[in-house]
Amino acid sequence: MVDITPADGIPPAEVAEVELYHPRSWWTKYVFSQDAKVIAIQYSATATGIGLVALVLSWLMRLQLGFPGTFDFITPEAYYQFITMHGMIMVIYLLTALFLGGFGNYLIPLMVGARDMVFPYVNMLSYWIYLLAVLVLVSGFFAPGGPTGAGWTLYPPQAILSGTPGGQGWGIILMLSSLILFIIGFTMGGLNYVVTVLQGRTRGMTMMRLPLTVWGIFTATVMALLAFPALFVASVMMLLDRALGTSFFMPAISEMGEQLPHNGGSPILFQHLFWFFGHPEVYIVALPAFGIVSDLISTHARKNIFGYRMMVWAIVGIGALSFVVWAHHMYVSGMHPYFGFFFATTTLIIAIPTAIKVYNWVLTLWRGDIHLTIPMLFALAFIVTFVNGGLTGLFLGNVVVDVPLSDTMFVVAHFHMVMGVAPILVVFGAIYHWYPKVTGRMLNEMLGRFHFWVTFLGAYLIFFPMHYLGLMGVPRRYAELTDMTIMTESAHHLNSFISIMAFIVGFAQMVFLFNLIWSIRHGREAGGNPWRATTLEWQTPHTPPAHGNFGKDLPIVYRWAYDYSVPGAKEDFIPQNMPGSFGPSREPA
Amino acid sequence: MSVILVFLLVIAGFAGWWLSHQRLMGKPWLEQGLASDFVAFDRSALPTAKIGLGVFLAVVGCLFALFTSAYFMRMTVSDWQPLPLPRLLWFNTGVLILSSVALQCASVAARRGQVDMVRLGLVTAGLTALAFLIGQLMAWRQLTDDGYLLSSNPANSFFYLITGMHGLHILGGLVGLGRTTAGAWNGARPERLRLSVELCAMYWHFLLFVWLAIFALLAGWAATFVDICQRLLT
Repeated sequence: MVDITPADGIPPAEVAEVELYHPRSWWTKYVFSQDAKVIAIQYSATATGIGLVALVLSWLMRLQLGFPGTFDFITPEAYYQFITMHGMIMVIYLLTALFLGGFGNYLIPLMVGARDMVFPYVNMLSYWIYLLAVLVLVSGFFAPGGPTGAGWTLYPPQAILSGTPGGQGWGIILMLSSLILFIIGFTMGGLNYVVTVLQGRTRGMTMMRLPLTVWGIFTATVMALLAFPALFVASVMMLLDRALGTSFFMPAISEMGEQLPHNGGSPILFQHLFWFFGHPEVYIVALPAFGIVSDLISTHARKNIFGYRMMVWAIVGIGALSFVVWAHHMYVSGMHPYFGFFFATTTLIIAIPTAIKVYNWVLTLWRGDIHLTIPMLFALAFIVTFVNGGLTGLFLGNVVVDVPLSDTMFVVAHFHMVMGVAPILVVFGAIYHWYPKVTGRMLNEMLGRFHFWVTFLGAYLIFFPMHYLGLMGVPRRYAELTDMTIMTESAHHLNSFISIMAFIVGFAQMVFLFNLIWSIRHGREAGGNPWRATTLEWQTPHTPPAHGNFGKDLPIVYRWAYDYSVPGAKEDFIPQNMPGSFGPSREPA
Repeated sequence: MSVILVFLLVIAGFAGWWLSHQRLMGKPWLEQGLASDFVAFDRSALPTAKIGLGVFLAVVGCLFALFTSAYFMRMTVSDWQPLPLPRLLWFNTGVLILSSVALQCASVAARRGQVDMVRLGLVTAGLTALAFLIGQLMAWRQLTDDGYLLSSNPANSFFYLITGMHGLHILGGLVGLGRTTAGAWNGARPERLRLSVELCAMYWHFLLFVWLAIFALLAGWAATFVDICQRLLT
């Protein structure tokens, strides 16, 4: 039993060996800033901006699907372009950038007790390259022929043929260039997040005392650093195929009666590379969400997280396993039955650590002092949604069930539930939770509750019926389904219903954005620690935290991040930097 | 995809070794206070910059492992015709080894505080690395003159792609080396200079290792090696 009450006069934690950069002008303070907090806000704002584009694109798609033939400007080509850009933006430029670039930058230094990231200059570059990647992506809309319409998976050979929008135009070139830039920028940021967790931790902050948010972001970043190179390789090779006529992925193919110069390339090779990135990407988005949700639940249920150790192991286990499941996206591409068996098995095994996490969240809630604050509502909604999306994952993980369901709306419903809606609910919950720290003011409660209920129920009304459409055999990626026999009248009605719900949910996001902007000036004053939370970011001397985060001395950490409702303690939370030992539970085991 | 999986297995080994030192079996909810035995787990004694570079090299290694994986998968298709490697590559390899050795000498000199030797080593390394890049470009030129164009065969495409990627990484390294060299002349603090030189040396050794690996790959030895391994396994 280690139970050391500190002697008097523990020297303050030494300043990290990184010398803090002090901005001298307005430009270096707010624009070309090297402060992780400013970079985090820049990342978040850019990601939100591009996310709004994706939201509008989804509206346009739903207009077409819900009311086919009504809107002349949505041609099949345009529809494909909307699908592609919506998917790519959401997965990479919004979720990855927001979780790692946004939350990672803001929370890692504050939560581990560091003054800043370890390589602030590289961190700044990371954001500007990300912004460049976003601009290149958006420029596709203005390029002749428009953006690429190859689907977010960009499968060759169709991605670079003239039949696909942007295939022989600028669209695909801009998309691939943007991805390459994104990956370069991300690698710079990712190095910072990983090394800051490794080296920037303040005194007493052992790995096993880290809040789970940091564990989630840390593991996801390690995975992203190892997975994104696969997308990089695939993008570079496809760019060469498109621009210089190589045949990495392009088989011998003739187009409009004309033999193309390509020969012998392997589209399957692309699929392997793409999904070697693509599957870990699901967990790159999910793990930060897992971590954040653990902290939200523990804080707002005033109870320590159940099974902290198991939570950490599960995060690491999921991270490792997610690298050996990629081919379950390729069952219909054809593979050796033993491979199919292997990948189905590994896919189902991932359900074990994931289920452990879900049980632990539920057990944390069990007999907790649950405050139904807005972050808590979003966290609870996440658990439900994630379980729901996860269960359909069990369907799709099995080869025999996947084959008939592949490329139907069932798949669309599944991945939107599990890696679209679920992580976004966490993003919202996290914003409601940390907004008071970032701005010093609370978000408006009434607007927040409106936003929550419309988003949560609306998202269910959008994606739950979609499962049924998929089971009926309605295919995805079809711009027009009117003449198909499977499209019964009820299916059409369902589609119109889904579209109307999509507009309503989208509208609720505008309310949320209004709330974000309005509350900066008009929100209720929050104080330093409105949620009475234990982690270090709530213990800063200033709110919002000043440059350097912690004033003169770095905090010293005496306990783990989840000392809520400890018997014998004066308050129902004990900050991580408070010395002393409390509670009968501290007797030697 | 076996190459990248083996590579990731090595990374996982490192990660596992490191994690095993983080007291994953500990019971943080029972441990209060600032015990001296926790402090040891706070952070590594290595300089942060070295750890950062180490992580970056893992990413670079991942990139080249993926290229190698793609290479092996693509070469099984029947249209693959290996190209004869120019003799010049042997010379380039020698030059790159020289560059690495020069940096190692600079690193040793920096540890001993011999600034003149450091400068000599840095300049030699820079010039030989430049010579390597020029040599690579000449090898490309030679191949295109002989009709081995980028798009005429996948083996050629991979040759240009992988050597090009490697060259770009050397080019990036030269930026860092240039800054270190400038520091060596402008009187950077000795410990600072030493760290920079060591970082350069680490990066150079790694890129040399990558070059040797891809040289073996492009020359076809790696395929033979994999073939033998597969036969042993089956």
